[in-house]
Amino acid sequence: MTAAFASSRPGVPLIDGIDKVLGRARYTADLDRAGALVGRILRSPIAHGEIVRIDTARARALDGVIAIVTGADCDKTYGVLPIAMNEYPMARDRVRYCGEPIAAVAAVDEETAQRALDLIDVEFRALPAYFISKDARAPDAVLLHANKPGNVEREVHHDFGDIEAGFAAADLVREHRVSCAEINHAQIEPHACLADFDPVTGRLTVQDVSQVVYYLHLMLARCLDMDESQIRVIKPFVGGGFGARVEVLNFEIVTALLARAAGGRVFMQLTREETFITHRARPQTDVVLKLGMKKDGRFTACACEVTQRGGAYAGYGVVTILYAGALLQGLYDIPAVKYDGYRVYANLPPCGAMRGHGGVNTRHAFETLVDRMARELGLDPFAVRRANLLHAPMQTMNGLMVQSYGLAECLDVVEQASGWKERIGRMPPGKGLGMSCSHYVSGSAKPIHFTGEPHAVIHLKLDHDGGVTALTGAADIGQGSSTMVAIAVAETLEVGIDRIRVISSDTAVTPKDNGAYSSRITFMVGNAAIDAAKNLKKILIAAAAKKLEAHPDEIDCAGGIFRVGRGGQAMLSFKEVVAAALVDEGAISVKGSFTCPVEFQGGKHRGGAVGSTMGFSYGAQVVETSVDEATGMVTIDKVWVALDCGHAINPLAVKGQIEGQVWMGMGQALCEETRYLDGLPAHASFLDYKMPTIVESPHIEAFIVESNDPNGPFGAKEASEGALAGFPPAMVNAIVNAIGVELDEIPATPDRVLEAIVQHQRKVKLAQKKARS
Amino acid sequence: MHEPSAQYKKRLLRIKVNGRWREDAVADGCMLVDYLRDTAGLTGVKTGCDGGECGACTVLLDGLPVLACVTLAVRCEGRSVETIEGLAAQGRPSRLQQAFHEKLGAQCGYCTPGMVMASEALLRRNPTPTDDEIRAALAGNLCRCTGYVKIIESVKAVAGLAP
Repeated sequence: MTAAFASSRPGVPLIDGIDKVLGRARYTADLDRAGALVGRILRSPIAHGEIVRIDTARARALDGVIAIVTGADCDKTYGVLPIAMNEYPMARDRVRYCGEPIAAVAAVDEETAQRALDLIDVEFRALPAYFISKDARAPDAVLLHANKPGNVEREVHHDFGDIEAGFAAADLVREHRVSCAEINHAQIEPHACLADFDPVTGRLTVQDVSQVVYYLHLMLARCLDMDESQIRVIKPFVGGGFGARVEVLNFEIVTALLARAAGGRVFMQLTREETFITHRARPQTDVVLKLGMKKDGRFTACACEVTQRGGAYAGYGVVTILYAGALLQGLYDIPAVKYDGYRVYANLPPCGAMRGHGGVNTRHAFETLVDRMARELGLDPFAVRRANLLHAPMQTMNGLMVQSYGLAECLDVVEQASGWKERIGRMPPGKGLGMSCSHYVSGSAKPIHFTGEPHAVIHLKLDHDGGVTALTGAADIGQGSSTMVAIAVAETLEVGIDRIRVISSDTAVTPKDNGAYSSRITFMVGNAAIDAAKNLKKILIAAAAKKLEAHPDEIDCAGGIFRVGRGGQAMLSFKEVVAAALVDEGAISVKGSFTCPVEFQGGKHRGGAVGSTMGFSYGAQVVETSVDEATGMVTIDKVWVALDCGHAINPLAVKGQIEGQVWMGMGQALCEETRYLDGLPAHASFLDYKMPTIVESPHIEAFIVESNDPNGPFGAKEASEGALAGFPPAMVNAIVNAIGVELDEIPATPDRVLEAIVQHQRKVKLAQKKARS
Repeated sequence: MHEPSAQYKKRLLRIKVNGRWREDAVADGCMLVDYLRDTAGLTGVKTGCDGGECGACTVLLDGLPVLACVTLAVRCEGRSVETIEGLAAQGRPSRLQQAFHEKLGAQCGYCTPGMVMASEALLRRNPTPTDDEIRAALAGNLCRCTGYVKIIESVKAVAGLAP
């Protein structure tokens, strides 16, 4: 199927956008919290040690302290992966990173809560702490978790195709080593939670910043040892996520524990520093990547070793290290792929999922090596990518299904828009162009908590007012998923979007949804919304047919008007049909669902479910940079990016997502990094964690390519992550193009760029010396 | 049981908030952001950082943008403060707010109130800013969703139009 541009349709503003611009959108910290106590967490001052003693007596005696909880109050572990729940909401006998929660206080005001924390006495017996993967893996290193020898949480060894034959068939084989710093989501809304416990009914209500309200509901029941039916979790407006809130976080459970202990309502808002320490973002990663290439640019084999410094607990770690290998495939045709992955424990805040989960740093190593080899072979970077395209439909060696593939069109679009052919090789000194490709899943085809239920369920309610209310557990965190649901329902019912109201993420009201992660919502919830709307439409058509005394097959429904036959005389308005339908049934509730068929749920090998999806998005981009060789400053002048999202259900929102993800990739490439000094975060503010301001941010020209996926809702795939991974390599390739210097580390901070320039000059001098002698 | 802390002296603050005069007892150490959110109930004013880093709390003090999280409430005695809630007229968004809505200058919306107020201040003193002037005026306002592309488009959409 050939792809086409979608820019002819403008799209619609977000259905909750007006609340945001008026300042009336209520985020967790904005909720009415009359009578709420203030919750605060006591955190470990050391990176690794045994807790010898906790004494809360002095704190409890303080006037205004209502409740104190410690690790002794919860002996249940939590975690996002059922196979790797190895974390307590508050440390019980051992702390494994600076900032790990130890105890918490609920008090009448913040000042009192803070004073109470100061009065809690904790005695530690320090253990050796490890802050880099190599030290943690040393043979004599103390184990962070007794069941994980060598401090390796998960080793992955995958081998597809004949790797030796692949390298033997290559005209050029090269290997390089790349290091990517740890980064953070840095969503602007700090973490917050409001928990209400009613000691009379024993019910708990939690309002919170989560992207995964259902998982939070599950973990609250587990850690508080409560029946799930007694819990309600509500997501108010959420100020961004990017993966920060895609697993249950310690402060959420701690706030609920405090509310129960206090027999009432507790509000907890973390500081920005604490929000950074809660972490769960992209790990520091070392990649060693080896590639075989024919003279014409065809890949023959790829071998890749990835080491991720995962922090102190499991979190999403197993999934992250599997993604890093799985996503080597599904973008290009590579005959043989070998992958060795190591997820390592260290005494730092736990890493987790962040936009582009798992694939970003390996993609960086891959796309920069492709460029190095293309230069050596005298090939154009676009030509190399074009020599290795896939042909959909196909299945990769690791069992991933590719049903639609618009990468060729993406390449054409950015090549032309950037003027690549005319400009490459003719850039002024210090200026360069670089390009890269990337992809991402449209939702993990196998849910984390496998229950056998559908992957998405939507309820629609239609009553006397003629309004259609869509109830969805899908968490809108600013990406516009509620608007997507409204459009999907409205277009299927052929009514205006203003007739649709979306209620999202309230576990007492909305059907269970796995949440906002792995870019699953548009594909899965979108399909469920269409299914639900079709079911509702059937009821309306039957009612119209009865009223118009016709057969349902004869009813034509367009623009909210029901007629017998196209252009028929007898007609009913939407409200008349609703009234007729209610006569038969009363208030109408219908349901729609979606399930990823088993053949899409990945390969049969161990870990084969990770990377599996119904459809990949594809992106290509060109980055233009300026490099100041005297200061090492890199400036991004412009970006051209094309994303194949299958079909843009809301082109306005898709463009917003493309710009946002490319920019987030730019932050990682250019300036963002978390730094620790003996385990103490040295980055935990927006002054020290350098993300690009509007001044450093270039114009990003975004293009939508539509490949019309056969299984996607209206042909759609994901649009929020697929282009992110392309930015760092495109930028590094542009830096090479500008100044001829390779960069083995990101972010490309001035110190790293200057160091690379010095190393490069040293190499050139040595080579000249050799040549003379 | 628990008596209010006598550590911070309170005084009567007379302040104009979104065009209306108010009088409230305010502690000397109370920041403007806490006064606006907790006392005046204007939760459109956001906090995103631990002080002076993100711009989410930007409000106008006598027409000029300030960070409410590093401004003492008592310093605003007798002065006029405008928040995001004050821009709308009879519930209808201003042109600038409408532009942020229609152009998708707001995604998650958390930085939006500060972003809109900083843009409002810019447009009042310079109704036709260039891209670089917009960038300079919004340099202290962080956004994590948009890559700033549609924020610039939103401001430009009303540049040159009467408020």
